[in-house]
Amino acid sequence: MLQYTIRRLLLIIPTMFFVALITFGLTRAAPGSPFDRNENRPLPQATIDRLNRLYGIDRPVTEQFALFLGNALRFDFGSSLVKDRQVTDIIGQGLPVTAQLGVQALILSLAISLPLGVISALKQNSMVDYGSLFFATVGYTIPPFVIAIVLIFIFAVDLRLLPIVGWGDIKHMILPTVVLALGPAAFITRITRASMLEAIRQDYVRTARSKGLREQVVIVSHVMKNAMIPVATIIGPATAGLITGSFIIETLFSVPGIGRLYVLSINQSDYPVIMATTLLYAFFIMVANISVDIVYGILDPRIKLAH
Amino acid sequence: MPELLEVKDLKTQFFTRDGVVKAVDGVSFQLAAGETLGIVGESGCGKSVTALSLMRLIPQPPGKIVAGSIVFDGQDILKMDDDDVRAIRGNNIAMIFQDPMTSLNPVLTISRQIAEALELHLKMDRAEAKKRTIELLELVNIPSAKKRADDYPHQFSGGMRQRVMIAMALSCNPKLILADEPTTALDVTIQAQILDLLKNLAREFRTAFILITHDLGVVAGMTQRIHVMYGGQIVEKADTGELFANPKMPYTWGLLRSIPRLDEARKAKLLPIEGLPPDLIAPPPGCRFEPRCQYRHEICSQQVPELKHIPNSKPDHEARCFGTQEGGWLVNTDWRHDVGSLEQLEAIKAEIADLPLEAKRAEASGDTPPPPSV
Repeated sequence: MLQYTIRRLLLIIPTMFFVALITFGLTRAAPGSPFDRNENRPLPQATIDRLNRLYGIDRPVTEQFALFLGNALRFDFGSSLVKDRQVTDIIGQGLPVTAQLGVQALILSLAISLPLGVISALKQNSMVDYGSLFFATVGYTIPPFVIAIVLIFIFAVDLRLLPIVGWGDIKHMILPTVVLALGPAAFITRITRASMLEAIRQDYVRTARSKGLREQVVIVSHVMKNAMIPVATIIGPATAGLITGSFIIETLFSVPGIGRLYVLSINQSDYPVIMATTLLYAFFIMVANISVDIVYGILDPRIKLAH
Repeated sequence: MPELLEVKDLKTQFFTRDGVVKAVDGVSFQLAAGETLGIVGESGCGKSVTALSLMRLIPQPPGKIVAGSIVFDGQDILKMDDDDVRAIRGNNIAMIFQDPMTSLNPVLTISRQIAEALELHLKMDRAEAKKRTIELLELVNIPSAKKRADDYPHQFSGGMRQRVMIAMALSCNPKLILADEPTTALDVTIQAQILDLLKNLAREFRTAFILITHDLGVVAGMTQRIHVMYGGQIVEKADTGELFANPKMPYTWGLLRSIPRLDEARKAKLLPIEGLPPDLIAPPPGCRFEPRCQYRHEICSQQVPELKHIPNSKPDHEARCFGTQEGGWLVNTDWRHDVGSLEQLEAIKAEIADLPLEAKRAEASGDTPPPPSV
């Protein structure tokens, strides 16, 4: 197990290298430069050239990449081309906000989806089950930005209960967290229900009942223990979904997290910020996937992690 | 001796979209403490449903026990509340299921699954239960039981898993074990080992057991009495020896004829029972075996025969057949030599030929069970 974990963690390094390589290539291949964004007041060509020289953008791409790698290994991502601040500074400010939003949304979505999935499986074809199907269909098919706008309209504009955008106290957090949680919650509800129904039909459940166990014990220690294995494996992708989903949510609600920063930096061709945020996201997703694989091995004794 | 189990007129039905399936239709039998009983019949004749009904494990819906009584140790299981039934399950009545590959929980250790019942019914603490579990595993001949107790089911072979199921069934010293096709999923060589183990341990623990099988060969050496089931009813009851020597029901004759024999000429053809088992949504109005019976008379399709004592047989030998009952036309028939009316056999075959294509395809695809074999 330890060996497996170490090997998986070491594999992050080459993956990060290729992520960096591809992203670097793409940013440089994309049209436009960081200094031609303001169409109303275009910079004189001489200034652009000076800026390019200052930030090393005039050098060959391979050389730029080598330079980037060398600095990145020392956690130096340079300074933003737009904001004149260190990239690590900017990210250090946005990351806690995004992390808080993500963790809140993950907890909320699990708190909704796991009980809802379990109950709708146990009371199959009941009103609760149909209600959860409706919730899941809505949550999964309507894009979050539509839901966000509907919710903003109801709770912020009409009822004036919550602020429209921004970030600060709890009131600001409610709408972005709910909207972000909805998609994963819908997805996990369906998976939980399906895998509960699958487990509950198994022969070993009949065996457990034939031992005289109480129904609660049968459900918790025999059915759920099996049913949670597939659920645990999708929490990884769901977390990745929360991370990428937060691009839109943060932009919509003007949440000062790295999701909004990421979108902004791409619009502005802010190369250093794009590189650093992409690598950070890649790292998160890989760690999430590794954690899921390890948890999978713990939950299911039939899986051997050594191989 | 007071009876341990007395089942009277048990009726279990399944309410499906196509209609009410009368899976068990008026089954009655008794079992004394320590006695062994075999229930034999084709797939779908209601034998497993009978066993599950005894423990009230019929999935509900769609199933429901609609009538009858199951008196176990002086108490009617069908009138108990759920807590009392749970106190009996695994404790006084234990069950061994058909497929050991799927009947154990894959994510719990072997010892946990056995200890669970010990902790629940015998109020043992974890350490005691673990110790007893290892003793039980040794009892069913699991090599290095102590080491293997913490293994998971996937680390055990099919035969070993069925041993674990037997250990689990014996764990609380039940008065009755229901073994539902315990060896059907196993290799023939392992079958014999498992059956021996079950028989010896039941004798040692003085446990009564009901062995449910489609295989007459399996019950032959295992149980004191045999009940033959057909179409949700018991059609013949006899001592094991008596049933093989002097069967009194054309269905049983058919079962015995379809067993390949070692002492027969190699070219001799097996005689299958022609036709399909009855549709339990709309069973035949008279004798349920009548449509497939080459000895049938007019009366068979008009009246339902009772399960009655048969002349020329042991006192507790009963069969559900107008032909072999007092005054019937089969009283003196020797089933080994007289295969009945050939015209009727042809008529049955012709009826099968006229069946709608669907039914024939079902038959061809093996939906009808293979004939019992030894």
